[in-house]
Amino acid sequence: MEAAVFILSLVDCCALIFLAVYFIITLSDLECDYINARACCSKLNRWVVPELVGQALATVLMLVSLHWFVFLLNLPVATWNVYRVWKVPMGNMGVFDPTEIHNRGQLKSHMKESMIKLGFHLLCFFIYLYSMILALIND
Amino acid sequence: MSSTDFSSQNGAGGPPYANGPSQNPVALQPPGPGYMAHQTPYNPMQAKGAMPPGPGLYNSGPYQPIPPVSSNQALPGQPMLKRPPMGPQHSMTPPQSASPGPGSRMPPAHATPPPVSANNYQHAPAWQYGGTPPMGAPPSMGAPPPMAVPPLRPVGNHITSSPSLATPQATSAEYHTTPSVFPNATQPLGPPTSLQGYTQQGSAPLPMNPMAAPHSYQPGMRAPYGGPPPSVRPTPPTAGPPMGNATPPLGPKTDGHMPTPGNGAQVPNSFDHLEMGPTMAGPLPPQQPGPPTRHMGLSYPSLPPGYQNTSAPPNAATMQHPMQPSTQPYTHPQPYQQPSAGPAQLSPSLSGLSLQSQTPEALRVVNLLQERSLLPPGPVTPPTPCLSQDLQKINCHPEVFRSTLTSIPQTQSLLNKAKLPLGLLLHPFKDLSQLPVVTSSTIVRCRSCRTYINPFVTFLDQRRWKCNLCYRVNDVPEEFMYNPVSRSYGEPHKRPEVQNATLEFIAPSEYMLRPPQPAVYLIVLDVSHNAVETGYLDVVCQSLLENINALPGDSRTKIGFITFDSTIHFYNLQEGLSQPQMLVVSDIEDIFLPTPDSLLVNLNECKELVQDLLKSLPQMFGKTMETQCALGPALQAAFKLLSATGGRVSVFQTQLPSLGVGALKSREDPNQRTSAKDIQHLSPATDFYKKLALDCSGQQVAVDLFLLSSQYCDLASLGCISRYSAGSVYYYPSYHQQHNPAGVECFQKDLKRYLTRKIGFEAVMRIRCSKGLSIHTFHGNFFVRSTDLLSLPNVNPDAGFAVQMSIEENLVDMQSVSFQAALLYTSSKGERRIRVHTMCLPVVNSLSDIFAGADVQAITCLLASMAVDRSVTASLSDARDAMTNASIDSLTSFRTSVLTIQQPGLLAPACLRLFPLYILALLKQKAFRTGTSTRLDDRVFAMCQLKYQPLAYVMLMIHPALYRVDDLTDEGALNISERTIPQPRVQQLSVEKLSRDGAFLMDAGSVIYLWIGRNCNPNFLTQVLGLPNYAAVPLNMNMLPELDTAESQRTRAFVGWLREQRPFFPILHVIRDESPLKASFLQNMIEDRTESALSYYEFLLHVQQQISK
Repeated sequence: MEAAVFILSLVDCCALIFLAVYFIITLSDLECDYINARACCSKLNRWVVPELVGQALATVLMLVSLHWFVFLLNLPVATWNVYRVWKVPMGNMGVFDPTEIHNRGQLKSHMKESMIKLGFHLLCFFIYLYSMILALIND
Repeated sequence: MSSTDFSSQNGAGGPPYANGPSQNPVALQPPGPGYMAHQTPYNPMQAKGAMPPGPGLYNSGPYQPIPPVSSNQALPGQPMLKRPPMGPQHSMTPPQSASPGPGSRMPPAHATPPPVSANNYQHAPAWQYGGTPPMGAPPSMGAPPPMAVPPLRPVGNHITSSPSLATPQATSAEYHTTPSVFPNATQPLGPPTSLQGYTQQGSAPLPMNPMAAPHSYQPGMRAPYGGPPPSVRPTPPTAGPPMGNATPPLGPKTDGHMPTPGNGAQVPNSFDHLEMGPTMAGPLPPQQPGPPTRHMGLSYPSLPPGYQNTSAPPNAATMQHPMQPSTQPYTHPQPYQQPSAGPAQLSPSLSGLSLQSQTPEALRVVNLLQERSLLPPGPVTPPTPCLSQDLQKINCHPEVFRSTLTSIPQTQSLLNKAKLPLGLLLHPFKDLSQLPVVTSSTIVRCRSCRTYINPFVTFLDQRRWKCNLCYRVNDVPEEFMYNPVSRSYGEPHKRPEVQNATLEFIAPSEYMLRPPQPAVYLIVLDVSHNAVETGYLDVVCQSLLENINALPGDSRTKIGFITFDSTIHFYNLQEGLSQPQMLVVSDIEDIFLPTPDSLLVNLNECKELVQDLLKSLPQMFGKTMETQCALGPALQAAFKLLSATGGRVSVFQTQLPSLGVGALKSREDPNQRTSAKDIQHLSPATDFYKKLALDCSGQQVAVDLFLLSSQYCDLASLGCISRYSAGSVYYYPSYHQQHNPAGVECFQKDLKRYLTRKIGFEAVMRIRCSKGLSIHTFHGNFFVRSTDLLSLPNVNPDAGFAVQMSIEENLVDMQSVSFQAALLYTSSKGERRIRVHTMCLPVVNSLSDIFAGADVQAITCLLASMAVDRSVTASLSDARDAMTNASIDSLTSFRTSVLTIQQPGLLAPACLRLFPLYILALLKQKAFRTGTSTRLDDRVFAMCQLKYQPLAYVMLMIHPALYRVDDLTDEGALNISERTIPQPRVQQLSVEKLSRDGAFLMDAGSVIYLWIGRNCNPNFLTQVLGLPNYAAVPLNMNMLPELDTAESQRTRAFVGWLREQRPFFPILHVIRDESPLKASFLQNMIEDRTESALSYYEFLLHVQQQISK
């Protein structure tokens, strides 16, 4: 059972890592002018909700399987994701808005955020991996 | 990685008009996919692969738009530098038909066209036009025929101007000079007087004479040179401006011998300097960058910087237009002929002098609590950057390009310490009365950062120049060696490109990805009951009828009409119809165009039908009872109609859209206007308008919004359609034909200006800055396509822009930094043009220098734009706090870091003495005020204006000018074209200054108030107003009667002069104590205390309290 939970989280985490990398690549494409702001934002906005769901899934899994430490680790990130979507103004086209992404250093902060998330997911990945192996051995 | 490829990719599916980094001919080709981004996935690798080898850059020959036709064609095989023809035949010229296939633009050396290009054009049916109406081409059309057309370029016309060419090329020049303000444009030419009296003169000029033949002078424009040809300077001056250390003087031997002109291949250049259309700007000092005189002691170092011509000394060569020295030098000491040694030695001392004399004044400590009359008697002048005089003389005019700090701090931490915002304010498309226009086959640009060559580059030697933005060393192309102004060879630093900080290029065909679009205008009119009730239709139709011939455009101009209520009405205006045909589309859920090709018609061919329609339109809906209004679907229809060509949509709207997509609900609660702690609903309610605007921007469609309404219309949401498509917003609150005649007059005048002003289509603007600086926020109406590229489907002369900058890398070893704004646009005549403005500013490393160079007006305007952003993203109270803190922080910083002696009081440097006043004025401005009843739309409109109006108009909005006008005298008056304009002193905005026995004029930008005191001098009443006494002053008076008295003439001259200074028409309201408008007059008295806001003195005390904390 324990092993199954961690395998599932591991898969989820992999997906999140891929997503974070995808975000970083797309944003840096925008930074270097390979892609226009509109295309970039519509690409990224499509993945905002899946990312939120993925993160929430990991969090809920940890809560259900009563892994408090990992749950508390995941909770702030999940909360941040929800908050980010929730605070989008009505007139904006999503978390990433093509008209504002070049303003007020938003591009940089999005980039920074994705980097931090990538780091976080990598950390989680190894935690899950370790726990999974531990669980498999214990079984 | 070259940055060249992608400027064009950034279009939101828009035609990738490469300004900027992609002027490389080959790099231009890949953008196709970006144009229809959803169809062709973009592959950067292709673009990269297509990068041409270097020399391609200068292969200008193949791009010549027309086969040789002029007298310049004497020598085959030379690039023809003719301006592309205008009119319909334009598209028929070889380069046009060749242009769809980028391979054809390739010089033979790179004969293999990159694979990307062909399919670009399949998706863009709009690209063929000209003979066939583009409307007819459905998007599903296959590969258009022009694609298949092989390059038509005559091979003989191609020249590779590689430096290996044996003979240096001399060039023949063609001068067109429109009659200029200078009478001496045609003055007979005397013998050359060279101050230096070089003996070599005699020998060098001789070979010039044979050149007379290839020159084509515009007959009647200018007398051909009769006198001896220009003397050729044996020792050219040091190439660049004497900045930095990188200016080695040229070896004298290189120029000792003149290449014999006329024996090489000739590169004809035509430099036109033309007046930029009808100048609405009035008596703005004509754009007149004086030639950068390398001063000797005997020239005129004390002359004011360029652009001031009103009182030019008649023989001051420095004041002549740079295009004119070709005539000028014969009568006056030619500035170009002055030796190089002079400026280099002289300018440091001059700049040192100016530094010493300026610094104390700008930094003079003012105790704001004690000195009350801080306002200068006239307009506030921008500070002059601390540059050497000859650099400053050619620097960009502050009305066009202005920085908040005229001395750029060396590091970001220094900037943070100063607590002043760093940013630029631009008015790039301003109506200029004089603007040098250059037609040249090669537009010389830096090869790595694509900066246009400008006066602030450094010439390392004759053949190399160093970019002032990225410091790359570039080669000077062969054509550039010849200077058509002085008709001499080997003096690239004297070309007009290097002599003018503001100039315009006629762009060759590599700057276009499709043929330049025609001028296309679409009028979208609200005809619901509410709209008809206001009676605005009459005014619009009448104005259009009157100005139909003045609409900017050429023979290809197109026009169309859409009206809407709960349905959308199209008008078939096809030639051959006896009367306009109305087509009603009632399916507003899925809008379609009933007859796509006859809704937008050629204005010249169908003028009568259009006029018929305009005459009958106001009556057609006279009895309508339809109250609903489907603006969203109408805009979608407009977008569909114009998406093939691009153009301008003018939307006239009178109520909240209530049907279909984009329907809005009233969000304002009038009862909360004064009481609400914070203002809600400043941001849009839906993203429909924003999305549509981005779609429009991608198809080069701009939407201008005229909002004529008495009720809440949710401008915050509707305004998005203009904000992101680079349109403009006009708002006429409580518009009604009968009830509000002043509003009607204002609308009429604005409409006239709107219809007749210059317009640029499918424009992009790129703002480049020196390495180390970067732009982090943009303000204005546009869509930011990439980090420094603004997409402007339309650009108009009344649009201003602002950007905030940050210092990314320390500017330690730089003495100056430069900023360049390049606006690439299609003129209404179908020419592709590039207007380039370059500004150079010194870098400083001490706080006191930063403060000394602070431009208080620019800072205020930039802060206002930032505060608008803040109030939308955060809250209005946040924005107000931020503005107050900005003044507190900067004065604190001044006090702690700059002042050595601590004195009591509120101390400010003289240059920032008006800062707290302006901040207070902003806090009391309609956009940011609280406590006073302000309608949400009024507030949002004021915010829009703060963001996209140019500085000069914003300043009047923020801090109106008050003059006492009952005692106007001719003392100190201006004399402009035989009119005497009195110059009364600007008064403080306080009721204390209003005396009952006077009359005061308040100029608030878009409105002028004339307040008549109760005991006003009866002389003024009778002589100026034509009224017997005070009681006879009517409540609604908007005109000054034309009386034949000295007082009346003076007052009218003054009001007229104020009005001429801006492109829009400010309404004059004569008010007295009982007038309803008295309240709005008094609200502008910003130094006074109101129920909810501090007085100026209280505000100062508050600031002082915060500082001393």
